[in-house]
Amino acid sequence: MHRKVAANGNEAIANAMRIANPDVCGAYPITPATEIMQRFTTFVSNGKVKTEMVLAESEHSAMSACIGAAAAGGRVATATSSQGMALMWEMLFIASGLRLPIVMGMANRALSAPINIHGDHSDGMGARDCGWIHLYCENAQEAFDNMLMAFKLAEHMDVRLPVMVGMDGFITSHAIQTMEWIDDETAANFIGEYKSTNPLLDIKNPVSYGPLILADLYMEYRKAQEHVMSGVPKVVLDIAKEFEQISGRKYGLFEEYRLDDAEVAIVVMSSAAGTTKEIIDQFREKGIKVGLLKPRLFRPFPYAEVGEALKHLKAVAVLDRADCFGGSHGPLYVDIASALYNYAQRPVLINKIFGLGGRDYMPDHAEYVINELLQITKDGKVKSVKEYIGVRE
Amino acid sequence: MPTSLSLKELSKKEELFSPGHRLCSGCGAPIVVKMVMLAAQYPIIAANATGCLEVSSCISEYTAWKIPWMHSAFENAAATMSGIETMYRSLKKQGKISDEIKFIAFGGDGGTYDIGFQSLSGAMERGHDMTYICYDNGAYMNTGIQRSSATPFGADTTTCPAGSKCPGKLQQRKDLTKIIAAHGVPYVAQASPSHWQDLMKKVRKALEIKGPKFLNIIAPCNRGWRSQTNDAIRLSRLAVDTNYWPLFEIENGVTRITHTPKDKKELMRFLKPQGRFKHMFTSENEWMLTAAQEHVDAYWERLQREQECFAPQNGTRLPNPEHLNWQ
Amino acid sequence: MKTWKEVPPGAVITEPGSSRKFKTGSWRAFRPKWIPENCIQCLFCWIYCPDMSVKVKDGKRTEFDYDYCKGCGICALECPGKKGNKAIVMEEEGK
Repeated sequence: MHRKVAANGNEAIANAMRIANPDVCGAYPITPATEIMQRFTTFVSNGKVKTEMVLAESEHSAMSACIGAAAAGGRVATATSSQGMALMWEMLFIASGLRLPIVMGMANRALSAPINIHGDHSDGMGARDCGWIHLYCENAQEAFDNMLMAFKLAEHMDVRLPVMVGMDGFITSHAIQTMEWIDDETAANFIGEYKSTNPLLDIKNPVSYGPLILADLYMEYRKAQEHVMSGVPKVVLDIAKEFEQISGRKYGLFEEYRLDDAEVAIVVMSSAAGTTKEIIDQFREKGIKVGLLKPRLFRPFPYAEVGEALKHLKAVAVLDRADCFGGSHGPLYVDIASALYNYAQRPVLINKIFGLGGRDYMPDHAEYVINELLQITKDGKVKSVKEYIGVRE
Repeated sequence: MPTSLSLKELSKKEELFSPGHRLCSGCGAPIVVKMVMLAAQYPIIAANATGCLEVSSCISEYTAWKIPWMHSAFENAAATMSGIETMYRSLKKQGKISDEIKFIAFGGDGGTYDIGFQSLSGAMERGHDMTYICYDNGAYMNTGIQRSSATPFGADTTTCPAGSKCPGKLQQRKDLTKIIAAHGVPYVAQASPSHWQDLMKKVRKALEIKGPKFLNIIAPCNRGWRSQTNDAIRLSRLAVDTNYWPLFEIENGVTRITHTPKDKKELMRFLKPQGRFKHMFTSENEWMLTAAQEHVDAYWERLQREQECFAPQNGTRLPNPEHLNWQ
Repeated sequence: MKTWKEVPPGAVITEPGSSRKFKTGSWRAFRPKWIPENCIQCLFCWIYCPDMSVKVKDGKRTEFDYDYCKGCGICALECPGKKGNKAIVMEEEGK
């Protein structure tokens, strides 16, 4: 049923793709996601999957091919990072606007310029409004699990939206970790067979995809899409419940770590959450009530649920592995602040920007933040709402 | 039962491109599409780049297409079609589809020569079993007649207007047909709606060949060309008769002219009825007419030499580099 | 007009040829008139019409489809006619 292995995030995602057995994959290499496709095409070349590859000449064409293939009527997947995702940015909106279930593994990497190949969230964050469902993973296990669930989620008849599954570039994609596979048959049955809607290949029922829509109807289409997105969290939870049956692992919209009785907390996504949890445990041993909230479903953002989970805290630090230029706060901070805004009683909220371009997030950074939160609860003074940590001053 | 290429027989075929589309009165593009659909003897699935044809044929809840059709973006008709064709191959291999379907991607010269060039090149190189048809009206017409690399030398467009310092477009047209031929694809051709039988023969030939094919078809635009509303066929005929738009094909690397004008006309006959060239008919711009005529003549001469070059001599054929055996 | 609940998912149009509901005949400034006595049934008008507005039956042309004809005049120009007399002439619409 389960096999314990040592694997990195790229292998985890490639393996999940192998199990999902897409009909078509349109792909293009980019560090640090390249290995996903290299592993996957090895499966293709050795007949382990039925997938036909489109080794496109750019990421924009790779996503275009995925879109054409998905509209034609079959299961489609791909993987990319950073500049690759940035190049296909226009097509991301088109994929979601056309309601095409496409699953994309992302090794989150910093955006140029300056060019940097290491992990941060600026790529995914730059596309957070494109209408895709975004899932973020802490480690290779989550990457494997989320990727399997992503296919089921994207293809769900109440959803029919593309999904991107993000893991930290190099940190998760390349670091070998212990994790468990789920046996092929069980996992494949969990995902289920692909069912098409309005497939182009059904020549008896010709359909036209991609009409020009003018000002008299565009807003209705956007509202309809918004409505579909609002129903996604429920499907995410239903699928997670089903997944628990086959894996023994529980997933929600976010992870709450020692949060119930906490007085202060850190909100952080992906691998940095792992480090933070270790430090939280150390503080807890000293009797200090600190907890963590780790967003998993980032888009659509579960504002109501996050608000409820954080409202009782005295002070919260939101750690962003990306920044919004222009003196504003980091993207995750903005969503957390929105989630808490309408509560009469809400925590003091501070924002730390960390880990950009693969800058290490160290245990003492977590300590620093927690100590600052504790100081805020003591004297109520906030020295600055937003700070870059780990940068040379 | 294949329909013979007679208008009488073709007129009995089911309409696959409907009226009620919003293309301008007298537009050449719908004539091209109609002819292509009439020529086809297989079920077709089409992809379409953003442009006049796309926005006018599929808007709001109205579609002129009676075949499965997809528009995704401007520069990627070939890439989109690559995905559709690959899904077909995948499902066919899995035994989930048995229909014989052929794939055509349509794009204007804007979405083909320029912004769509990369994705076209990629699709041709990868060997997808698809036909790319460019309806070439020589500018970005849908956005208001801006210059593309397909715009003829000397033309006035809204981004290279003929003014006192600069007399219109100074570059010659990009020879996309030969560029695609250089990809080693099994078939490329140029066609014109004025010579409908030649056009339809080429479409049928392309659809029978396995692998990537490219057809470049001239499609007059009376707005951008500043010509008469009823001129589309007359001007495309003049384009052929002046050798501005030679009708030829390159099959497995072998060039063959498919129509030689019996009564070759001076290029001026093609240029004069079009307002976009009127500035060339002044004395200070006479050099432009000369340059344009020379270029057309040189191209035609070269084409004839290429044809000769490939014709068997003493029973031997010129060696043609081995291209991938398209499966 | 459709509400947001009624618009099709992804804006996919499932009725092929629905453009026929949009009558472009209202665009005309000139209308073609068919003169059957001069018609040699060459069908050039039919093949060259950008708007599929020459109706045909059993391989022969019949009336124009004035619901869609935009009055471009290609048919009239291309018509070979019989002995120098065109089988299609353009007249001002509304006269």
